Amino acid sequence: MMPLGTAEVAKIAHLARLAIREEEVPDYARNLSAILELVEQMNAVDTTGVTPMAHPLDMVQRLRADEISESNQREHFQAIAPRVDAGLYLVPKVIE
Amino acid sequence: MHEKTIAQLSASLATGEFSSEELTRALLERVERFNPSLNAFITVTAESALAQARAADERRRQGAAGLLTGIPIAHKDIFCTDGVRTSCGSRILDRFIAPYNATVVERLNAAGAVMLGKTNMDEFAMGSSNETSFYGPVRNPWDLDAVPGGSSGGSAAAVAARLTPGATGTDTGGSIRQPAALCGITGIKPTYGRVSRWGMIAYASSLDQGGPMARTAEDCALLLGAMAGFDLRDSTSVDRPAPDYAALLDQPLTGLKIGLPKEYFGEGLDSAVARVVEDAIAEYRKLGAETVEISLPNSHLAIPAYYVVAPAECSSNLARFDGVRYGHRCENPKDLLDLYTRSRGEGFGAEVQRRILVGTFALSAGYYDAYYLKAQQIRRLISDDFRQAFAQVDVIMGPTSPTVAFNLGEKVDDPITMYLSDIYTIAVNLAGLPGLSLPVGFVGQRPVGLQVIGDYFTEDRLLNVAHRYQQVTDWHQRAPTAFA
Repeated sequence: MMPLGTAEVAKIAHLARLAIREEEVPDYARNLSAILELVEQMNAVDTTGVTPMAHPLDMVQRLRADEISESNQREHFQAIAPRVDAGLYLVPKVIE
Repeated sequence: MHEKTIAQLSASLATGEFSSEELTRALLERVERFNPSLNAFITVTAESALAQARAADERRRQGAAGLLTGIPIAHKDIFCTDGVRTSCGSRILDRFIAPYNATVVERLNAAGAVMLGKTNMDEFAMGSSNETSFYGPVRNPWDLDAVPGGSSGGSAAAVAARLTPGATGTDTGGSIRQPAALCGITGIKPTYGRVSRWGMIAYASSLDQGGPMARTAEDCALLLGAMAGFDLRDSTSVDRPAPDYAALLDQPLTGLKIGLPKEYFGEGLDSAVARVVEDAIAEYRKLGAETVEISLPNSHLAIPAYYVVAPAECSSNLARFDGVRYGHRCENPKDLLDLYTRSRGEGFGAEVQRRILVGTFALSAGYYDAYYLKAQQIRRLISDDFRQAFAQVDVIMGPTSPTVAFNLGEKVDDPITMYLSDIYTIAVNLAGLPGLSLPVGFVGQRPVGLQVIGDYFTEDRLLNVAHRYQQVTDWHQRAPTAFA
């Protein structure tokens, strides 16, 4: 893996929906490349046939009856929203 | 009063030596006096603490008090507390008033514990020094030039400075054990699934686990007893009754088999720390335990695997902070994309952004197999190492951290060096095992922690192993002079 360049960092930042100041991009590129270099120590080990471990405990997800268990708390939860109107969350216009 | 442990305070409250209100007032005064130099608390909830204390005193008058009734504690600011700011150490949640209580908070409330406030932490629990907090670094009570460790650095410093007898913490890669070690207190990360994660702001969901931090193993047992247990609202909570940890503390250690992984005593370990840890292990031999050298051959892969798994999960978990429903929103967004990107860019600090970016990259098209899948395979190898070890030994011991507390600013500009501070703790999270750190001495005036790792659901054994040591040593009773 080659070190990440500034264009790649900008692309990843877009995917992550993070606005990064242009002057900070080289720093991020350097740090991310160093982290990926660290991570790539994993490649020294052959893991062919090793079952991936997604979760520390081999457990299955519990199922429950499909019943309503929550009460409507819209006003309570919207009290901490940045902008709401008539029970709706407001964002900039999406459709012209 | 502040010099007493939870067990001692509980006894004093029971005999009426003082009331919870008096105790709470005394500790709030200490917080007011000492917090400016430590920065251990982000929010102090003095008024509600006194109300809870009075309610606890009333409950006692009615004869309904338990062991934790009226005991003041502090919560790491990662646990949602109804009506109280829950910042997670981040600007993005600086004005977030949680609309409900985390299960851990509910359970401790139900036991009658009194919340003094919310403790400082690395932003979203990402850090090993408490320097990534939006609210500024916490200082180590043993030496104000030193970091307290992280991410539960505020909880550790507050307990060490006797501002609170106990606190909650969370541990994703060492965030209870490493600050406990660096501040000279006791802390336990339970088995994954033992303590409910509901209402605990998620960082890396397959690794995160809450646990108690206090001065003694006995106090951790009391707190864990209240915190642990099945919770329907956490889909990974384990439906298995928690034992009475406090009742199991006194089992003798005769015949205990302690595994000493050669990988935990090699290169990278500070030689002065090694000597202190070896002295502690010698003490265990005197208590009747036998030691055997073991190997955890994939230990060196824990940090690389962690820095794929944790960032990948964090990039997914932190996607919820979008500036729409709660948390920071940028001024005058020109469109929806601008709203998302600037709210997040302004709201998250540098380390959180780095981890989100690493995780996004690792999960992006074409890289999944090379990073996330590979890391999960390494995770299996690490877990298998422990499985084989526990076929031979009862517990594993070694240093909690390779060094004592480092100086503020020393590692903050170099993420990789900072990451190495968790070299002995991270594998435990990857495997999902319980791990405990207890104070076993000093290098200069900075504390050293011994890590004890157990097989799944052996928290009772870990607390017992730590307690027996604390019956014959007094490291856990040492107080930093400025806060004695």
